[in-house]
Amino acid sequence: MNNHMDYLKQRVLAGLMSRREFIGRAGALGVSAAFANTMLSHAVHAAGPKKGGTIRMGFQGGSTTDSLDPALATNQVALMVIRMWGESLTELGDDGSIQGKVAESFSSSPDARIWTFRVRQGLTFSNGQPVTAEDVVATIDRHAGEDTKSGALGIIRGIKSAKADGRDVIIELESPNADLPYLIGDYHLAIQPNGGKDAPDAAIGTGPYILKEVEMGVRFVAEKNPNYWGDLGHAQTLELLVINDNTARVAALQSGQVDMIDRVPPRTAGLVARAPNINVHKTSGPGHYVFIMHCDTAPFDNNDVRLALKYGINRQEMVDKILFGYGSVGNDTPINASYPMFTELPQREYDPEKAAFHMKKSGYDGPIVLRTSDNSFPGAPDAAALFQQSCAGAGINLEVKREPNDGYWSEVWNKQPFCTSYWGGRPVQDQMFSTAYLSSADWNDTRFKNEQFDQLLIAARAELDQGKRKQMYADMGTILHNEGGLICPMFNDFIDASSDRLAGWVEGVNGFALMNSYAPLRMWVA
Amino acid sequence: MSPVLKLIAQRVALGLLLLFMVSVLIFIGTLILPGDVAQSILGQSATPEALANLRRDLGLNDPPVQRYFAWLGGVLQGDLGTALTSGQDIASVMWARLENTLFLAFWAAVISVPLAIFLGLLAVRYRDRWPDKLISGVTLASISVPEFLIAYVLMFFIGVKLRWLNPTAIGFRPDADVLSKLEAIALPVAVLTLVVLAHMMRMTRAAILNVMQSAYIETAELKGLSLFSVIWRHAFPNSIAPVVNVVMLNLAYLVVGVVVIEVVFVYPGMGQYLVDHVSKRDVPVVQACGLIFAAVYIGLNLIADIVSIVSNPRLRHPK
Repeated sequence: MNNHMDYLKQRVLAGLMSRREFIGRAGALGVSAAFANTMLSHAVHAAGPKKGGTIRMGFQGGSTTDSLDPALATNQVALMVIRMWGESLTELGDDGSIQGKVAESFSSSPDARIWTFRVRQGLTFSNGQPVTAEDVVATIDRHAGEDTKSGALGIIRGIKSAKADGRDVIIELESPNADLPYLIGDYHLAIQPNGGKDAPDAAIGTGPYILKEVEMGVRFVAEKNPNYWGDLGHAQTLELLVINDNTARVAALQSGQVDMIDRVPPRTAGLVARAPNINVHKTSGPGHYVFIMHCDTAPFDNNDVRLALKYGINRQEMVDKILFGYGSVGNDTPINASYPMFTELPQREYDPEKAAFHMKKSGYDGPIVLRTSDNSFPGAPDAAALFQQSCAGAGINLEVKREPNDGYWSEVWNKQPFCTSYWGGRPVQDQMFSTAYLSSADWNDTRFKNEQFDQLLIAARAELDQGKRKQMYADMGTILHNEGGLICPMFNDFIDASSDRLAGWVEGVNGFALMNSYAPLRMWVA
Repeated sequence: MSPVLKLIAQRVALGLLLLFMVSVLIFIGTLILPGDVAQSILGQSATPEALANLRRDLGLNDPPVQRYFAWLGGVLQGDLGTALTSGQDIASVMWARLENTLFLAFWAAVISVPLAIFLGLLAVRYRDRWPDKLISGVTLASISVPEFLIAYVLMFFIGVKLRWLNPTAIGFRPDADVLSKLEAIALPVAVLTLVVLAHMMRMTRAAILNVMQSAYIETAELKGLSLFSVIWRHAFPNSIAPVVNVVMLNLAYLVVGVVVIEVVFVYPGMGQYLVDHVSKRDVPVVQACGLIFAAVYIGLNLIADIVSIVSNPRLRHPK
C-alpha cells in the first residue's frame, strides 16, 4: 500500500492528479481524508518550494489611516507589510529560539549589560545602498529619540547608548538584560537607511520584497527583491488586500479571490474547514483574553475578593463556548507553553465553594461591576455573561455593564477597576512581565504592585544561568497566580486558512498569527 | 428675475449656510466623542510619552475654537488640509474615493431608477391583480431585510456556491477597463438596487394612482386610449414631481448611505474612508467627508425642487 500511496503522491506533484482525486483514491486504500491531506502536504514539502507566481492575501486590521512608518505600525496588516520590505537585527525561530537577521551574530558581556551585534556581510538595502552599523545605530536612535511615537519605545528605553564600531553595533544597557536579542527583533525596529530619519515611510529595507503599489487600508502589491540575501520569498508577486469584514474575508477565500486569510471566526472555522480545497490552520500562541481587576481599588484591593472571583470562573466552559475549542485554559498568569522558560503551575479549577469561602472571608457582600464591550475581545459580552452565571453559583453578585466599542481603550480599559480586555502576548516572559506587571509599568492594567515580584524580575534579567532563571519565572508566576489582579480564563489560538493553491505551511510556529507573519514569505504557489 | 433663477439663488445661499452649520456640528460631535486622535492612533499600546509627543505634533494642544477656524480658513481657500493620522493630502485621496463611490452609485442608479419606474407603471396597469401584488411583495421584502443580510446572502449563494460573480469587490481597480470594473461591482450594485427599489416603485405607483382619480384621466379613457398609454402619456407627466423627489432622495442614499455596503463588499469608496477616520477621530477628514455628503444631499434636493417647478406649468408661469 505504501508503494501505491507514493505513486499517487508523485502523480499529484507532477500535476497528473487533482488533490480531490488523491484523497478519494487514498480513501479506497483505507486512508482517512485528513491523514491523506497531511501525507500530501508532506509530499509537497519534500518536493521543495516552487518559485514564481502570485500569492494573494486577505487580512484583517488595515485602515486608511495607517502609515508606512514602521514606528507607527499597530495592526496585523502593517506588520505584514513591514515583513515584506524590512528586517530587524534578529528574529524568532520556529521553536522560540532567537537567530540573527540583519545581524549575522551577536554576543554579550558576561553580565548581559553590553551587547555586540555584527551586521551581516555584504547586505544591501533595496535601493542598493550597503547596510552599515551606522544605519542600525540611527534606527535605534530614531525610535528612542525625544519626540518619538514609536511602538517600540518601551523596549528601547532601557538602552543607554548605541555606537558603531566597524561592522559591530555596541549597545550598552542601563541595567543588564539577557533578553535583549529577543527585544531588538521587534518588528517596529526594522533597519532603515540612516534609521529612517530622512524618510521614515519610504519602505526601504533589507526584506525579500519591494513594495510596488500602496493604497493604505485597501491594497499593497510587492515584487520579489532580486538582490535579497536570504531564502525567504518564493512567489514573484505578493498582493495583500485589506478585508476587515469577517464574512467577506471567508467568502473571498472560498471563491478563490484570495489564497490566504487570517482570523477565521472560531464560530465558523469548523464549517470553513469542511471545504475540500481549504486548509484551516490552528496555532497556539501567547495571546489571551482576560478579566482585569485593579489591585489598588476597593473591593479588589482585598486579595480574598480577587481569589473568590478567580475560583468563580469556569475556564473550560469559556474555551468551549467562547473559543469553540480553538484555545486552551489559562491559569491566572499571562504565561503559557509558548514561552521559552515556561513552568506549569497547578491548574486552578472552578470551585464555587472556595469562591464563596473567600468572598465571605473578605467581608465584602455588595455587587461587583464588570465592564465589557464587543471589541475588548471577540465574544467578550458572552464571556461576561458566563462569568456572571458561574459566580451566581457561588452566591457572588456580578453586574455586567456593557460599554460602547468606541473609546473603550481610552475610557474604560486601564481606567475602570474591573473590565474585560485582551493581551497579544510577548516573545519572552521578561517582556510580558515588564510591560504589564512591574510596579512601574506604563500598562500595569491590574495596578499590581509587589516588591518581591519586581525584585525577581530585575534579578532574572541579569541571570544567565537558564535553570535559575526558569525557577525565578516560575516563582513570579506563582505570585501572580495567587495575588495578581489578572483573571486569565483562556489563551486563544490563531486561526488562519489557506487554499490548496498554496503549499509550505509549517505547524506550530512561535510568535504572531500566520507563522509569525512569515506565511506569505515562506509558502509558495503549488 | 425668473422664479426658477430666484429659487436656485435662494437655495444655493441656504445650502452654503447649511454646509457651514454642518461643519460646526461635525466638529462639536467629534469633540464630544470619548478619546482623541492621538489615543485612537496609538490604541491599547499608548505610552504617556508617545501620547504627549503625538498630541504636540498634531497640534491637539491648541484650543478647539482656534483649530476650527484654522480649518475653516483653509477650506475657504480650497485647502482641505492633511489627514492627522497618515499625513496624506485629504483632497487627492478623497477625490479618488469619491470617484469610486460615484461610479458605484451611478451604475446602481442606472439600473434601479428605470426599473423602479417601470415596475411602478406595471403595478398600476395591473392594479390589485397578481403582478401588482408580486411586485409589491418582493420589493417590500427586499427593503425590509437589512442590507448587510441581503449582501451576505447574495455573497454566499451567487459568489461562493454558484460562482457566477465575485463575492467581494476586492478585484476593483480604478484604472481597469469599464467591463472588469463592472464585473467587480456587480454584486454590490445588485444589493443596492434591491435596497432602493421599493421606495421609488411604491412612490411611483402611489403618485400615478392619485392622478388616476382625476377627471382628465377619465376623459382620456373615454377617448378610447389603451390603459398603458393613458398612464404613460397623461398620468405619469403629472406625477413627476413626487416621483423625482423620492428618486433624488434615493440617489442621495446611493452616494451617502452606502457605507455598510462598501464595508461589507470591501469597496474602496468614501464610506470605508469615512469609517476608518471616524474611529480614529481624524477630524479634518471627517469634516471633509461630511461636507461632501452634505453637499450631495443639498444639491440633489435642489435638483428635485427645480424639476418639480419646471414640470408644473402653474409654478413655471406664476400669475
